[in-house]
Amino acid sequence: MRIISKTTRIDFLSVKRRRIALGLSLLLVIASLGSLATRGLDFGIDFTGGILLEVGYPEAANLDAIRSNLGAAGFTDVQVQRFGRDTDVLVRLPPQPGTDADEVRTELRQVLEASGESVDLRRVEFVSAQVGSELAERGALAMVIALMMIFMYVMIRFQWKFSAGAVAALAHDALVTVGFFSWFGLPFDLTVVAAVLAVIGYSLNDTVVAFDRIRENFFALRGASSEETMNTSINEMLARTLITGLTTLLVLVALLVLGGESIAPFSIALIVGIVVGTYSSIYTASATALELNVTAQDLIEPVKDPSLIDDLP
Amino acid sequence: MNKYPWWLNTLVLVIVAAGCLLALPNIYGSVEAVQIADNDGSAFEEAKLAEFVRVVEGAGITPEDSYLQDGRVVIRFDSTEDQELAGQRLREQYSRDANIATTLTPKLPNWVRNLGLSPMSLGLDLRGGVYVLLEVDMVTAVESRLALYQQDFADRLREARIRHRVDLNDQQITIRLTGSDDVEAAREIIQRADPDLYVEEGADGKSLSVRMTEAQIQARQDFAIDQNLTTLRNRVNQLGVAEPLVQRQGVDRIVVQLPGVQDPNQLNKILTATATLEFRLVDLSGDEPGSRQYPGRGGESPQVLKRRVVASGDQIIDAESGFSEGQPAVFITLDSAGGERMLETTMNNLNKPMSTVFIETRRETVMRNGVEEQRTVKIEEIINTATIRGVFKNSFQITGLTPMEARDLALLLRAGALAAPVYKIDERTIGPSLGQDNIDRGFNAIKIGFLAVIVFMAIYYKAFGLIANVALFSNLVFIVAMLSFLQASLTLPGIAGIVLTVGMAVDANVLIFERIREEISSGASPQNAINSGYEKALSSITDANITTLIAAIVLFGVGTGPIKGFAITLMLGIITSMFTAIVGTRAIVNLVFGGRKLQSIPV
Repeated sequence: MRIISKTTRIDFLSVKRRRIALGLSLLLVIASLGSLATRGLDFGIDFTGGILLEVGYPEAANLDAIRSNLGAAGFTDVQVQRFGRDTDVLVRLPPQPGTDADEVRTELRQVLEASGESVDLRRVEFVSAQVGSELAERGALAMVIALMMIFMYVMIRFQWKFSAGAVAALAHDALVTVGFFSWFGLPFDLTVVAAVLAVIGYSLNDTVVAFDRIRENFFALRGASSEETMNTSINEMLARTLITGLTTLLVLVALLVLGGESIAPFSIALIVGIVVGTYSSIYTASATALELNVTAQDLIEPVKDPSLIDDLP
Repeated sequence: MNKYPWWLNTLVLVIVAAGCLLALPNIYGSVEAVQIADNDGSAFEEAKLAEFVRVVEGAGITPEDSYLQDGRVVIRFDSTEDQELAGQRLREQYSRDANIATTLTPKLPNWVRNLGLSPMSLGLDLRGGVYVLLEVDMVTAVESRLALYQQDFADRLREARIRHRVDLNDQQITIRLTGSDDVEAAREIIQRADPDLYVEEGADGKSLSVRMTEAQIQARQDFAIDQNLTTLRNRVNQLGVAEPLVQRQGVDRIVVQLPGVQDPNQLNKILTATATLEFRLVDLSGDEPGSRQYPGRGGESPQVLKRRVVASGDQIIDAESGFSEGQPAVFITLDSAGGERMLETTMNNLNKPMSTVFIETRRETVMRNGVEEQRTVKIEEIINTATIRGVFKNSFQITGLTPMEARDLALLLRAGALAAPVYKIDERTIGPSLGQDNIDRGFNAIKIGFLAVIVFMAIYYKAFGLIANVALFSNLVFIVAMLSFLQASLTLPGIAGIVLTVGMAVDANVLIFERIREEISSGASPQNAINSGYEKALSSITDANITTLIAAIVLFGVGTGPIKGFAITLMLGIITSMFTAIVGTRAIVNLVFGGRKLQSIPV
């Protein structure tokens, strides 16, 4: 079975098409940045500090009653939302400085049980603002270090123009994924940071496989222009790119549907990232390298001075 | 062509067998058990095991099995009732010397256990429990050391008959003298006390300022952390939790993980409590130098107490709560130095009053210039003042507490004091129902995801797809085997990592199979196509996996908590999938298709 005909000859990288693609990527990046600047991210308590309770009620929970009970007890700035099932509720509060966690927990439990039913405190998290900002810093640091190391690896294995293309594609994927979370106001927690880094790994995987074929073809198809060579390579790898994307999306959809509410943001980030990453490894990475005038010569090792070889015993 | 040498086939078989063996412990499920660990960390012997079993059998319970494991005694039971009752009996007899925990233990057959194999350990988000991150107050750690110097200098200067005033401010001790003549003598005294201290003469020519050097401060902080780790371990051991974890994190943090604990309230009191005791004589004249007024706790009347401490909490080697004449009491045993001091004091001060001071540090939030600031407050209150009626040495009792306070105080005194106060900065509690839900959901996702992928692969690549599926399944087995072997905790993000690996691991096979198809369509014979397909895809596969591995390693190195769990399974998955997808599938392909004439291949 095949999902695409034997050898496609789609012209991905003509000047016009690749400029359109780069324009589209640029637009996505700008939209993401704009959304991040204006709407920001809905950071979870991992980053902001605060209190989070996952509460299981015996019957469908009345969110309004919970909100007004909490308000009456003096808790301000409270977020109450359903969490997966009707009976499950997620309550988020800002940090309560100067108060004892044990007292707050006891008080919250009393408020939540105000209407007479006993609740199941499935999860309670107290994160101080200090720990929150540290976790945020480390997440950002991880992202920067990963991009730098990847840039270096691709530079050693290929050449800086490919590195630039790969890192442009990765930064693009990471930004658009995070932008997606900002645009749709999805909760952004530590697992999403992990997912974005996994997206970077995945998209890079895709990009490197394409580059590998491009390098091979630079030598095999002598005489062809860089554009032709890269086009051929991408077409040759198209089936693989789509199939791997498909199997990965299959498992991620399973994770999204079955994995439960707390892992959902993670699954969404990966699904978005893999769709964007597949697109970017076809377009952004190669188009950037082409715009930097990558040629076969860039991949040929400089010939060593023959006199040095003569000197060898 | 396309034949693996016999030794390579054997190697593949051996590796697969080893993977299956390491993963095996995970299929047995778990059983109710009581785990007993010696509090001082030493290993139990067979004789002790027999003794514990006799106690259990004495209560009319027949254990399902019992054995020693890593120096701990494990006794398994058929029912929760038996387990509870046995735990209770053992605690009654041994709770002072051992950590007795009722828990679930893997129901491994003897031969598996004897090989030293164990199943994956589950993270708190899968088994439920409490995670607490504590910060050690390093400033107080250093200041408490300086306070000891302060007292020491005052004593030495008084002995040398040098008039002085010693103050402690901003991590610096200032000694004011009456004239410049005493400066050299005072400096000598200080340097005799500790030659490493940094001593500086004041601008007025008649004072000295003393500070600890960077190295001394560092040493003091390390000591504080180590001492706190020991103390916290002792305290946690008294809670009866199986496999508690107390571990240093970074410069000034301590992580405490208690699987299975549901209510963190009691735990928090025990972890962060700094409660300790001091015994001081009452200053009846009220004007001795250094004497000061202490408030009373509850109904106790305030007293002026002498500066000299008769005995303090760190000299207490044992403490037990109970009742004395109907009142809650703590029975105290001092070490020999403290005992000598107490003997001497009581002998010389018969019929004079002595007070017990209860000391606790708390962190308060205060507003300073409109900014919230955390401040450490030391609370010292008299819980009891009694007239010395007779001479006593290292055993005595104190009263003046509620029964609950007496119990907690006894526990804290037994476990030892914290060298510096700790504060909770992060606390996460996961209920058991959520833990089980997470396991069920996670494994469901793996099952369905795996199923979807193998169906797709079988349809798309036919026989080769089936071979890739065998590799994919063995990859799962290998991940479980490695997690069990490394005893790395499996968490929900870890499960997500496995799910992701299932999707990505087929990539290597997709690359190979697509390459084989390409070779065939460009006219290669089936055998040649297989060979060059594997060969030519190799560099792509390696590059692709190494780059993903880089991302996973960075995640592992920089990430915390959930990120680490994800990174571990991702890393393991990448490494094991390289083996299964390249070597594993090739071995099967060679076995099935290798070395014979083929018209076509089902790819």
